[in-house]
Amino acid sequence: MSLDKDQVQHIAMLARLRLSDTEFAESVEKLSRIVAFVDQLKNAPTAGVVPMAHPVNEAQRLRADEVTEGDDRDRIQQNAVSVSDGLYLVPKVIE
Amino acid sequence: MTALHRRSLVELKSGLASGEFSSVELTETLLARIAGEGAGLNAFITVLADQALVAASAADDARAAGKAGVLNGLPIVHKDIFCMRDVRTTCGSRMLENFVAPYDATLVARLSAAGAVVLGKSNMDEFAMGSSNETSYFGPVRNPWDLERSPGGSSGGSAAAVAAGLVPAATGTDTGGSIRQPAALTNTVGLKPTYGRVSRYGMIAFASSLDQAGVITRSAADAALLLGVMAGFDERDSTSVDVPVPDYSDTLATPVKGLRIGIVRQHFDEGLESSCRSAVREALATLEAQGATLTEVDLPNLDYCVPTYYVVAPAECSSNLSRFDGVRFGYRAEDPRDLLDLYCRSRGEGFGAEVKRRIMTGTYVLSAGYYDAYYLQAQKVRQLIADDFARAFAEVDVIAGPTTPTPAFKLGDKTDDPITMYLNDIYTIGANLAGLPAMSLPCGMARQLPVGLHLVGPHWSEARLLQLAHQYQLQTDWHLATPEAYA
Repeated sequence: MSLDKDQVQHIAMLARLRLSDTEFAESVEKLSRIVAFVDQLKNAPTAGVVPMAHPVNEAQRLRADEVTEGDDRDRIQQNAVSVSDGLYLVPKVIE
Repeated sequence: MTALHRRSLVELKSGLASGEFSSVELTETLLARIAGEGAGLNAFITVLADQALVAASAADDARAAGKAGVLNGLPIVHKDIFCMRDVRTTCGSRMLENFVAPYDATLVARLSAAGAVVLGKSNMDEFAMGSSNETSYFGPVRNPWDLERSPGGSSGGSAAAVAAGLVPAATGTDTGGSIRQPAALTNTVGLKPTYGRVSRYGMIAFASSLDQAGVITRSAADAALLLGVMAGFDERDSTSVDVPVPDYSDTLATPVKGLRIGIVRQHFDEGLESSCRSAVREALATLEAQGATLTEVDLPNLDYCVPTYYVVAPAECSSNLSRFDGVRFGYRAEDPRDLLDLYCRSRGEGFGAEVKRRIMTGTYVLSAGYYDAYYLQAQKVRQLIADDFARAFAEVDVIAGPTTPTPAFKLGDKTDDPITMYLNDIYTIGANLAGLPAMSLPCGMARQLPVGLHLVGPHWSEARLLQLAHQYQLQTDWHLATPEAYA
């Protein structure tokens, strides 16, 4: 199955990716090839098979809901483009 | 006497212990190679010359004080996917071009605590998505065996650096073959441990149910030495498994007599280049002569490995990479109109083409109306593939075959068609889907280019893979072959 332009537009929006015109055209073509390639999975004999949940069959480990890390905010925020008083700044959302 | 840059970790360890040379001398020698003959390979994103010399000097002091760790003073390189405190960690992406990690990955911390000296951060495919190192924002790495060719990927910088004698060992990560394929194409040893064996804390995530950290070295004994330090439970990684870590170096000397090796017929069909086929067949004959037995085993769902991977891995990548939003860290687009524009342009400009392609593939297979047909179906097929391996391992101890269908290909040869590139990993992906340990080791030459022998074992059987590889290396000297320009 191949993807049309509207589908790729929709996927790019869901993924929050702005594509240039060239990238968009290339994505329609290459994503169609990828989807056509993975379509062969439909032929696999999976009736009654339970989907894999974990590659080595481990249960999800849980821990007590307690603070274990120290306060490293200032160091971490050195990687942010725009912060003020410990807050991350973004363009205004509500007028 | 072998030149320092050609010695193994095990040899360097004894040289340091006997006082033949210091860690500072060793570090200076390798830093000079990295800046000199190695520079044209583009194997490094960041060289940590000053920091390495400080660490080497500290290691020499520790030794003088009688406090030498297991890896005291030994040089290594980290793939630039591992966070290292106060060091730029890019993951090969414009998105993280200026990201300075605020903490150490567990693997980095463990190796440093054992005394290892980090020479730098190696080049890689962007976010580890690629099989040729051509998706790196920092340019492709070149293969020391032929500069026109790719060293493979995504751990291509690590593999090229080890092959060219810029460093004896490097860390890597393997989601579908990203340690083993570059190891095969550069004549190095690459080990991907069992899923959950080595902590992924501080390793930038690509596909969390497949990613595993490992090593690239020039000998199986060196891989055993490093794995012993890296492996083990870490409460900071929720998928880390609490299984005891054996002494991997201890069992290397055990002969392979009686070991049952499984051969998969489809691994040797027309998809495999004939020159590679003969090299792998010869390696199997050598192991048979050493007392191992060869048995044919069947993996009936083998053909589904690559398509299964290209549903599961992109799905997980689309989820993992949603954290890069231009707000808290990473690239932010100039003058965003509004918040949505900030997200879309930061991600559109910060990610390269292959990463965007995989995010979109993953978004599609997880989207409403397609989830059952693609993602759920792929997880079912993945279980079938894991079951195939489990059945095979009831009959054999190890499965052996080729690592890659061809030797190193030319840069630019496979960039037009994603499917052609994806099929590079046809023999390696199964181990990731089933969480199995696997390794590649040098086993011959085809068209004057290295060929890799691929070994896969049951969960937690790293010691057996390393033993088999070491015994093979006692009998052969393919792993000592060196690219002429870097001898």
